[in-house]
Formats: sequence, C-alpha cells, structure tokens
Amino acid sequence: MNFLSEYIYYIGAFGLIFIGLFIVLVKKNLIKVIIGLSIVDTGINLFLITLGYIKSGTAPIFSEPGLKADNMVDPVPQALVLTAIVIGVAVLALALTLAIKLYKHYGTLDLRKIKEQKW
Amino acid sequence: MEIILLILVFLMIVSAISALIFKDLMNAVIASCVVSLIASILFYFLQAPDVAMAEAAIGAALVTGIFVIAVKRTKRFEE
Amino acid sequence: MRKLIAIILLVIIAGGIVLSLKEIPFGISRTKIGDYYIKKGIEETGATNIVTSVVVSYRGFDTLGEITILFTAAIGLGAVLGTYRKRKAGEKVEPASFIVKTGCRFLFPILLLVGAYIFIHGHLTPGGGFQGGAIIASAFLLMYLGCEGKRIKENTSIVVETLGALTFIVLGIIGLTIGKDFLFNFLPKGEPNTLLSAGIIPIIYIAIGFKVGSELAGIIDHLIEKNQ
Repeated sequence: MNFLSEYIYYIGAFGLIFIGLFIVLVKKNLIKVIIGLSIVDTGINLFLITLGYIKSGTAPIFSEPGLKADNMVDPVPQALVLTAIVIGVAVLALALTLAIKLYKHYGTLDLRKIKEQKW
Repeated sequence: MEIILLILVFLMIVSAISALIFKDLMNAVIASCVVSLIASILFYFLQAPDVAMAEAAIGAALVTGIFVIAVKRTKRFEE
Repeated sequence: MRKLIAIILLVIIAGGIVLSLKEIPFGISRTKIGDYYIKKGIEETGATNIVTSVVVSYRGFDTLGEITILFTAAIGLGAVLGTYRKRKAGEKVEPASFIVKTGCRFLFPILLLVGAYIFIHGHLTPGGGFQGGAIIASAFLLMYLGCEGKRIKENTSIVVETLGALTFIVLGIIGLTIGKDFLFNFLPKGEPNTLLSAGIIPIIYIAIGFKVGSELAGIIDHLIEKNQ
C-alpha cells in the first residue's frame, strides 16, 4: 500500500503513454491513430508536472501579502507544460485537416489500402 | 485521500482502454475527452492551478470540438 | 501478428523504464533555479503569480516562438482546405433544439466576460492569456452550434489577430531602443497585488488573449464552412 501511494502518479502517466503508443502502432483507421497521438500528449504532460512536485508544498502564487516563500512547488515545469499544451492543439488541428483532404482524394481512410494505391 | 486518487487513476486508464476498443468513432472521441478531464483534476491535486485551467479549456472543449467536426466530414465507423 | 510484436516491444520498453524510475524518488526538490525564481520573483518583476512571471518575463522569447507556431498552424489549415462554396438552394441544415438555442443566447455574453476577466488578471490569480483566449474561442463554438446562420466576419478576426501580435513585438522592440535587452520591463513596477502593477506583463497578456481567442475561433470557422 505504501508503494502504491508513492508511485501512483507515475503509474497513471506511463499507463497513458503506453496505451497511446499501442493505438498508434496497431490501429488501421487514420482518425483512431490521431486520437492515440492526443492521448500520448496528455500522458507526457502529466509526467512532466509530476517531476516538479515537492511533498506538502503549495501552489507558487503569493495571494496574500504575508505569505512565506518556503515550501512551494517548482514553477518551471508548469511554464513548460503550458506551452506544450497549446502546441499540441495546433499540431492536432493541422493533422485533422490533412486527414479530411486524404479522405476526399482517396475515398477511404484505411492505411493499408492507401499504401497500396498508385498515383 | 489516497482512495480518491486510486479511483481517479483507475477511471482514467479504463477510459483510455475503451478509446482503443470502441468501433464507433464518436464514442472513441468522447472517451478521449474523459481522459483529458480526469487529467485536469490530477493537475489540480499536484498543486498546479494554471495548468489545470489550460488543460480543461483547451483539451476538453476545443480538441473534442475539432475532432467531432472532422469525424462528421469523413466516415463515422471504423473499417 | 502485428499486435504480438507491438506488445513485446512495449514490454521491453516498460522494463527499462521501471528499472530507471527507481533512481527518481517522488516529491524531492531537484533544481536550484526554481528556488531562485520564487525568492527573487516579486522584487524583480512585480507579479505575484510566479508562473506568469516565468512565462512572460524570464522566458518571454519562448512565448514568442509559441505564438509563431500557432500562427503557422492556422495559415497551413487555411491553405490546405481550399475555397468557399455557396450553399445550394435546396440544402437544409437541421436546426438545434429549443434548449440549445435559448441557452446559447443566454450564455454567450457571460462566457465572453469570464474569458476577459481571466486574461486581464493574469498576473494576480491563476490564469493568463492562453486560458482566457481558449474560453473566448469556446464561446464562439457555442454560437456556431446554437444560433443558426450567424458567422463572424473574416476581416474583423484578421484585424484583431494582427493587432495582438504587433503589440507584443512593438513592446519588445521598445525595450531594444532604450538601450537594454529585447522585452525589457520598462514601465514602473508599482505595488504588488494591485491591478496596475508588474510593468508590461498585463499588456502582453491582454494582447496574447485577443490573439489566441480570435485565432482558435478562426480555425473552427474554417473547419465548419470551407468546403469544395
């Protein structure tokens, strides 16, 4: 039980990364693959925030004038993850428009059939 | 407190596995929205309120909206 | 066959990760730069939200790169999708139900107000430009789903987006012309925990909020309407 309460966040983050990687490696439909990509993004952001946590720390905001500066969590991974979430949504929007164009051109979204077609 | 954390992480992994299994693409998109929402709650437990707000607004609302529009313009079922 | 190879590969990677995670204990502080930003944050920048001061003031150049990536994605989307098509005469769009219609008309101004509140108070409370901009884009998505036939004019969204980006870059260049670095904080810092404090940080976040909101609403507008 002690082991579980120490490592529960790591198990959650890596579980998401492995399930997302399995979807990208195995599935045939293009939109399923893009859903898997989005799940991998969420897992990696969760792992980065877990690395910055300090036990019994508080959020890094001085909301009252007399708050002391000891025991706050690390603010640098939070700034990096904020950027990473916005970049993730930009990449996803572009990938989905390319999928729409592929469907209009070939008539199917099955990756095995698209690879076999000639020009 | 640990029991709530265990239940939330278990629900997140079950939703991710059901995004793998469903054949109707609308159901898979809604499962990925649930994964994003539970990740936003976990960000709050890790004392990061800025990141929780960003993940809830962008990951759960806008990405799901864009996916639903894309599924409507292509096929709905896998195969 | 493919599933078996994928499972074996993932099990090998998982074994390697479990062996190396034993060296990373959970909940112990690791870097020294976080301590420096927390201790010297208020007297050097004046913002009480330390994450905001890291994103805008200490690492402001990375935020400029992120805005460029969003802009490139929006341009690529518009270029790939093609041109407009006028709706044909007999084509019917199914109208939304009664609850969605009334609800969207009631919620739209409230959502705009909440989004504006979040990006104006970015340096005092959790929030900021990106979160506020995403809420404004969700308000426009609700308007497309509920009320029928209303669209934002394309010229308005282009003008707002360009003005937001120009404000950011002009503020940075003013810092260069004084004689110090790019994005130097040249306005007075004021008292912490009040609205008009922290130099140029609230102005930059307001510009980013407008830009991100109109850009994401423009992406959704392209995806719904552009058709060939």
